[in-house]
Amino acid sequence: MKNFLPSDFLVHIGPECILCGRCVRECSFGALEQKEGHIIAHHARCVACQRCVVFCPRSAIAIVPHPSTSRHNAYWTPELRRALLRQAQTGAILLAGAGNDQPYLNIWDHLLLDASQVTNPPIDPLREPMELVTFIGRKPDRLEITADENGEWKLVTELPPQLKLDTPIIFGAMSLGAVNLRVHKILAEAARRAGTLFNCGEGGLHEELYPYGQNTIVQVASGRFGVHQRYLDAAAAIEIKIGQGAKPGIGGHLAGEKVTEEIARTRMIPAGTDALSPAPHHDIYSIEDLAQLIYALKEATNYSKPVGVKIAAVHHVAAIATGAARAGADFLTIDGFRGGTGAAPLVIRNHVGLPLEIALAAVDDRLREEGIRHQVSLIASGGIRSSADVIKAIALGADAVAICTAALIALGCTLCQACYTGRCAWGLTTQDPELIKRLDIEEGVERVQNLLRAWTLEIKEVMGALGINAIESLRGNRERLRSIGLDTHTQEVLGIRPAGM
Amino acid sequence: MELHAQQLHYREVNQWLRRCSQDGIHHVTLYGIRGHRYIGTGLNNSLRIQIHGTAGNDLGAFMNGGEIVVYGNAQDGVGNTMNAGRIIVHGHASDVVAHSMRGGTIFIRDDVGYRAGIHMKAWGTNPPLVIIGGTARDFLGEYMAGGTLIVLGLHDSSAPLVGSYVGTGMHGGVIYLRGTIAPYQYGKEAGLQPLTADDWEYLQHTLAPFCEEFGFNLEEVLDHTFCKLVPLSRRPYGRLYEGAVGAINSHG
Repeated sequence: MKNFLPSDFLVHIGPECILCGRCVRECSFGALEQKEGHIIAHHARCVACQRCVVFCPRSAIAIVPHPSTSRHNAYWTPELRRALLRQAQTGAILLAGAGNDQPYLNIWDHLLLDASQVTNPPIDPLREPMELVTFIGRKPDRLEITADENGEWKLVTELPPQLKLDTPIIFGAMSLGAVNLRVHKILAEAARRAGTLFNCGEGGLHEELYPYGQNTIVQVASGRFGVHQRYLDAAAAIEIKIGQGAKPGIGGHLAGEKVTEEIARTRMIPAGTDALSPAPHHDIYSIEDLAQLIYALKEATNYSKPVGVKIAAVHHVAAIATGAARAGADFLTIDGFRGGTGAAPLVIRNHVGLPLEIALAAVDDRLREEGIRHQVSLIASGGIRSSADVIKAIALGADAVAICTAALIALGCTLCQACYTGRCAWGLTTQDPELIKRLDIEEGVERVQNLLRAWTLEIKEVMGALGINAIESLRGNRERLRSIGLDTHTQEVLGIRPAGM
Repeated sequence: MELHAQQLHYREVNQWLRRCSQDGIHHVTLYGIRGHRYIGTGLNNSLRIQIHGTAGNDLGAFMNGGEIVVYGNAQDGVGNTMNAGRIIVHGHASDVVAHSMRGGTIFIRDDVGYRAGIHMKAWGTNPPLVIIGGTARDFLGEYMAGGTLIVLGLHDSSAPLVGSYVGTGMHGGVIYLRGTIAPYQYGKEAGLQPLTADDWEYLQHTLAPFCEEFGFNLEEVLDHTFCKLVPLSRRPYGRLYEGAVGAINSHG
């Protein structure tokens, strides 16, 4: 069949080119070729990952949107027509990588933070301590304290297991398979150095990462890949993955080609077979069934570590969240629709789910109304882009946030959305040994650690401006948020007043 | 060691089992089990547990060694995500037997409910084996990725041997049925094959301990028509998705 698809991009090679061929070697999508003293660009293959642009020693390359155009049509957008043509040529479900890129309302950027002036003076974070330590886990209904004979206070209440985070930012779940072992090593080491956690996702924990167990959340998903007693024992906490913000309601298929020996060993399946994560857990069809798995995991680990549940932000997220909390979850990860993915059907990624901001406010409200907010910690994930988003998420009700895409961007990701092809030019979402080599572990750790450090400092700056010296005073403190340009209903759901009121 | 569990919560029963295991005890008997959940969950060594009564949900979940023998029935989730060891039920078992089981052995003397052997896998040198003496309901071996499922139908010859959707989405492993299966009963990802001499030898060898455990006559069990379901592909859903590169972004 003839290919009717126009190219997305035009690779422009300028006169500065010295024909060194670096760009050809860097391009993992076959878009550049050196032939008879020329660099030839196969524009249709370019995904605009910027690898050649960044590594050209003469800065000779520019990738631009393809300038040829068809008649403007605001309804039949080029994107829609292109998807339609792809389907006419393949008859298949279209895949997409990374997160929802559609122009839905972005609520973060309609929220403004407060600051202290005169009557409630700000705090200078350079001189005064700012407490960012966050504990994730179920909190008791009340604390019983007694004094011993020397007048020393002692806690009588036995506390449920808690995770201690030095900063309220953890790394979210990305499976080995979606990303490669070097990415896992970088996140695990960065988490250890920063006193926080990484989440190994649903593809098991590689043998070399067991020493990072106390900085690791392990996942139990519908495929149960790599789940065994040692895996559960090694972790600081266990997360049952019910859903993912980028693809609520569906499972995942890691293609057989990507199930290399190493991934097969970690997932504990034969190499070369599809790793199918079914849409539901076959043993969970109700909140009672969820409770059963939560307690199976608590029994298996002798109640020694928190067991949480990750759900995608969907229409009835508050009801689901309160059900999961009552089912025994010690923490809930709420994953918004901007959250990333290694591969999801385009139709799901672009059209299913809710903004994290809405879901977070709705869940926090519902848990408070039911008087059980203290029983469960909330981790907000799905499209957290900056320290401002972190602060706003906490003010909307989160205990901590999880980041994934932001960490990948720190490592070179340019959001070209071709993760599902396995050809990531930046060595992140690929299992090709030659491409993986492009990711330097030590430098990667430094980049991600720097990102955490910078955001943590910024959070302290903003807390100082707010006159708040402990992050827990900001949690669910929506009084310190105002909205600008949001409609009344959205403000009501968020529990936020408009700016000026 | 013995424990009378009738008045105890499952948590207490499991605490006691963990203590026995730590103390190096090899054999324990539980009486008065009335649907206590999670017995032997995460069992990690050579402990042998005998259960008198009805074992509750998730019996031997994440089990990693040892043996559980139930003199009675078992409820849902027997051997959930089991890794190694042996579970023997002298009675019926309910839904989701051997869900995502990766290694070890499960013998059920009588019937099982829905979704038995769903998403069973195989790993290393200890592929999982599940033998069901009676019948199985719908979704047997759905999404099956490895291991062996055998359904014998030894008891009530009027009951259907298996339900529908057998082996739907199957991409590994093998299902042996003592009897026949109609095409509408199994998924399009599975295919029916006649047994080879190797299969018969395997069945003889594999069914011997099962028959011995429950007092069945091995020769009588084998003197019957058998059929075999295998996956047609290791990648059943490979063609569902479009994998072309560089075709996602719009012109902006």
